[in-house]
Amino acid sequence: MTMQATRDFSHYVKDLGSGLKHIDLAVEGVSCAGCMAKIERGLSALPDVTLARVNLTNRRVALEWKQGTLDPARLIDRLAELGYKAYPFETERAEVKEAEQSRFLLRCLAVAAFATMNVMMLSVPVWSGNVSDMLPVQRDFFHWMSALIALPAAAYAGQPFFRSAWSALRVRGVNMDVPISIGVILALGMSLVETANHAEHAFFDAAIMLLTFLLVGRFLDQNMRRRTRAVAGNLAALKAETATKFVSAEEISVVPVAAIQPGDVVLLTPGERCAVDGTVIDGRSEIDQSLITGETVHVPAEQGTQVYAGSLNMSGSLRVRVSAAAEGTLLAEITRLLDNALKARSRYMRLADRASRLYAPVVHVTALVTVLGWVLLGASWHDAIVTGVAVLIITCPCALGLAIPTVQTVASGAMFRAGVLLNAGDAIERLAEADHIVFDKTGTLTLPELEVTNAAEIPADLFSLAGRLALSSHHPVASAVAQAAQAKSPLVGAVEEPGQGVRAELDGVEIRLGRPSFCGAEALAAARADVDPAASIVAFSRRDEKYLFAVRQRLRPDAEAIIAALKLRGIGTEMLSGDREPAVRAAAAALGIAKWRAGVTPAQKIARIEELKRQGRKVMMVGDGMNDAPSLAAAHVSMSPISAAHLSQSTADLVFLGKPLAPVLAAIDFARKALHVMRQNLLLAIAYNALAVPLAIAGLVTPLIAAAAMSGSSILVMLNALRARSVGRS
Amino acid sequence: MEVLVILVPLALVLGLAGLAAFLWSLRSGQYEDLDGAAWRAISDDD
Repeated sequence: MTMQATRDFSHYVKDLGSGLKHIDLAVEGVSCAGCMAKIERGLSALPDVTLARVNLTNRRVALEWKQGTLDPARLIDRLAELGYKAYPFETERAEVKEAEQSRFLLRCLAVAAFATMNVMMLSVPVWSGNVSDMLPVQRDFFHWMSALIALPAAAYAGQPFFRSAWSALRVRGVNMDVPISIGVILALGMSLVETANHAEHAFFDAAIMLLTFLLVGRFLDQNMRRRTRAVAGNLAALKAETATKFVSAEEISVVPVAAIQPGDVVLLTPGERCAVDGTVIDGRSEIDQSLITGETVHVPAEQGTQVYAGSLNMSGSLRVRVSAAAEGTLLAEITRLLDNALKARSRYMRLADRASRLYAPVVHVTALVTVLGWVLLGASWHDAIVTGVAVLIITCPCALGLAIPTVQTVASGAMFRAGVLLNAGDAIERLAEADHIVFDKTGTLTLPELEVTNAAEIPADLFSLAGRLALSSHHPVASAVAQAAQAKSPLVGAVEEPGQGVRAELDGVEIRLGRPSFCGAEALAAARADVDPAASIVAFSRRDEKYLFAVRQRLRPDAEAIIAALKLRGIGTEMLSGDREPAVRAAAAALGIAKWRAGVTPAQKIARIEELKRQGRKVMMVGDGMNDAPSLAAAHVSMSPISAAHLSQSTADLVFLGKPLAPVLAAIDFARKALHVMRQNLLLAIAYNALAVPLAIAGLVTPLIAAAAMSGSSILVMLNALRARSVGRS
Repeated sequence: MEVLVILVPLALVLGLAGLAAFLWSLRSGQYEDLDGAAWRAISDDD
């Protein structure tokens, strides 16, 4: 194929006016300061580029350039030259909203923190003045100044709580924000009345400090959600795959898959992954459907063969007509299973929600009982109400609001450093509960790339020669040979014969790399197939010297050790694969996994997970294939490697990076530790209440005690959260 | 102690100046990429 495709990214380009254009790219593999400088310098060097700025938090690049000659595709090519895969990215509405919300919370936090500091500056003299010699007129002046700061600040910074409480009350519900709002408003109102009556105590400091601590918790929680949404957004950008479409009989153009209509004809070159479902109308090749079915043996494709999105084309070019009816295809079937499974999972209730559901009624009843109790005991209504408000302030869930978000923030940072990205906010809690792991085989326990397994059997000079020859082929198996030989310079004059192999002439001798029949090595290949039936064979010949390369997916380097470590932690392991029995049996034996099943369909995987669930197991699914997506959604918690099919990646709760399987274990360890610390934090918060509430009910709480108790418990909870950073070595 | 009538509002004004500076830095997007900013501070170029 010599046709050159044009690429059309105009869909993603924004016009900034005054001759400037803007595009956002999601970039894979940006993880360090070095990458950041390399990318920015590399892109800024292009003529007409006016801005190239990497966002390391989101793993995105913002680019601006002068309108005119520069084609956005050139930017993506440049990034590819620098070694980074980039995809045009369109910010979702939801993400814009989250970012706006996060900035609003930070503004509220800034205002509340400012007010707390300044009110404290005024409160400390009053507290010490009350026991020494402060004049009443000075105390009143300080109280009025506190009111001047605290009232407008609380009106602004309290908005997130007031709004949420109001919307809960309007539908006759109660959430955590109802007692918070009532507590803050009553405390401020009471303090104002007390100040007007020249009273000794005012609670302006406690009310505004409460808002500050709660806003810290809110902001951390929001930030975490924003982070996971950014990861999810990037994964969705990767999903925006492209296809090569025939715009006329001879002319092709690369377009986003979203722009492909049923009935269109697309070109599938060797080594390309198919992005659509369709039927082959022309060409002959082999396709690898392992991502869809888990089956590692290649399927021949010719006119009339059905191909599915996710299939990898191996040897020849194919023309594919996109299926008119998306219904009934494998992908549609998987999507349907996925929807059902996702619906079931959304019922999970987070620890924080469970805690707050109990909390609000208890707080209100306690405050009410305190007021009534004091009146019955003969106290004045004024004194009884002041005591009731003190109870409300003391019980406000300040430490409770920090208990969980701080741990989540610390734990997600630790997981990130271990190579795990969170795709769902509540994944940590669910992951910590997992006690049984179902693994997929292909691409999950094995590495996604093909590797040469018998490199030692081949003379080094011939190996490197074969590698250089392999550079001229598009066939994925040949690429594995080229990579194994670390070949850099292709041989001059190498010719690829589609579906056969490559040949070249070197010093008058013809060398060939390809099918055994192409190299005259059928006999050798037949013998080899008996030894290792799962491997793909590629032959190499130079005159009478003939060698075979066995190419296959290898197990992840640390898979066996990780499986053993999981067993040590009392976690059950099991393998469900769509691949053939001999391959699955061999992998299970090598890894020491006792339970395995081969040739499993997506529906059977779900059935097995449901069966485990009925036995009371909390199932974690680790898988990468399109066929795994529904079972990933059906499981209690799920994880995918970054190389997974995009559908699976965006369904999984967590995504792990790199070759080793170790991040799976690290994620479980961190999650378990995090859940442990979260529970501990909740206990600390409750213990604080158990100590302080009797004091408040007895009417002994002064503003000083309220402030000390509140900040003390909050700081304790935050410090304890830091323990989630590391897990003990075992 | 009448000096308090001047000093307390003065302290407040200074605090407000700090708040205004923070809100300005927030508006100008300085908190959009904290991970990157940590590294930019110690990089040699620019």
